[in-house]
Amino acid sequence: MSLATLLLLADGRLPSGGHAHSSGLEAQVSAGRVRSVEDLDGFLRGKLATGALVSAAFAAAACGDVARCADLDAGLDARTPSPALRRASRAQGRALLRAGRAMWPVAAIGREPHQPVALGALAAAAGLSPAETAVAAAHGAITGPAGAAVRLLGLDPYAVHALLARLAPECDRIAELAAKRSGDPVDDLPAAGAPLLDIGAEHHATWEVRLFAS
Amino acid sequence: MHPEHPEPHPEHPEPHEHGPDEVPHTHPDPGVDPHAPLTGGPRALRIGIGGPVGSGKTALVAALCRTLGEQLRLAVVTNDIYTTEDADFLLRNGVLPAERIRAVETGCCPHTAIRDDISANLDAVEDLEASLGPLDLVLVESGGDNLTATFSKGLIDQQIFVVDVSGGDKVPRKGGPGVTTADLLVINKTDLAPLVGADLSVMDRDARARRHELPTVFLSLAEDKAATPVAEWIRGLVAARAAGTPG
Repeated sequence: MSLATLLLLADGRLPSGGHAHSSGLEAQVSAGRVRSVEDLDGFLRGKLATGALVSAAFAAAACGDVARCADLDAGLDARTPSPALRRASRAQGRALLRAGRAMWPVAAIGREPHQPVALGALAAAAGLSPAETAVAAAHGAITGPAGAAVRLLGLDPYAVHALLARLAPECDRIAELAAKRSGDPVDDLPAAGAPLLDIGAEHHATWEVRLFAS
Repeated sequence: MHPEHPEPHPEHPEPHEHGPDEVPHTHPDPGVDPHAPLTGGPRALRIGIGGPVGSGKTALVAALCRTLGEQLRLAVVTNDIYTTEDADFLLRNGVLPAERIRAVETGCCPHTAIRDDISANLDAVEDLEASLGPLDLVLVESGGDNLTATFSKGLIDQQIFVVDVSGGDKVPRKGGPGVTTADLLVINKTDLAPLVGADLSVMDRDARARRHELPTVFLSLAEDKAATPVAEWIRGLVAARAAGTPG
């Protein structure tokens, strides 16, 4: 493993299309459910318990065995009831693959895989372990919407990063939990969902004016 | 043999018919595109059009579509800051059919989408080329931004920066990467110069000083609906590319 390689993969500056997505935050901000750093704390803790856990488990599983990518991709479809979120995940997977292919010899896993599957395939090509991949996935699942919150709500960026620092141990714990299960059959992998985010994503996709793609 | 698959299928090498009542079938991996991405071959010339909010980028794109759309195989990618307004403008004005226009969403950061993380724009350009077949020209219009916004060379071949006289005749003197480095600087809305007290000769002098050999054109889309000098510049690039000389 290479710690510097892991940091590259987890870096928000990786040109992987993530900057255009708020991970469902924009819809919740618009609905008035997230207005402050305290609200964002709740949003991100919910994210860690649901989407981040699923993403980390699937990314770690794909890293552990790239031959499972097609099955894992279908498993994520089944766990993503919102068509808008499926499109967003596949768009980000495609963009991540584009960046990854320029960096490492990534296995052929289709043109537009779900983002966690692409992340796992990249991590495997980079020589990272499933446990490290899970950390990158969980970290990305909260730093993405945290950055979007700074842009959407004008929150104090220091306060938001202080929050991310407080959440780091929980992020590690979720990643460890996800990595432990990454060898499970696809149907047994985590399937935690957030129905309000699914509904919000479908509303968001119909808005005439929005700042983020999802 | 299938016209799109020149190699015989290993299990069915001989020509055959599919029965009319056959159960509809899908690819063995539904949801996975079995085709390799398009590689090699001549791709379209990609021109980025950037500039501050309100300088007339979308009007210029519409004019170029009207002027060049008959002669060139053309498509457009728009980067709105928060709506599909620019794409809708092009559609409403009927300058290009809908399938030739893609809108990219930029998550509050129009400059990021054209410079630091160009993935969504590259996806849009490649999707247009994949769905429409070979193109001569793709125009990538940035969201209205500021004087520092420039395109990545990983996304476009040449870039146009559009400013307008109503922003003040000191804009060329202020410089910045857009004014200084763009392959073509367009100073737009010259018809407004007398109304806003802008001195075009000052703008011309300052642009030359900032840009040295790089070209600058003055434009009034109110008077020249064909955007003639810009269209001529693009025709030259397309011709040079077709002739195999670097554009």
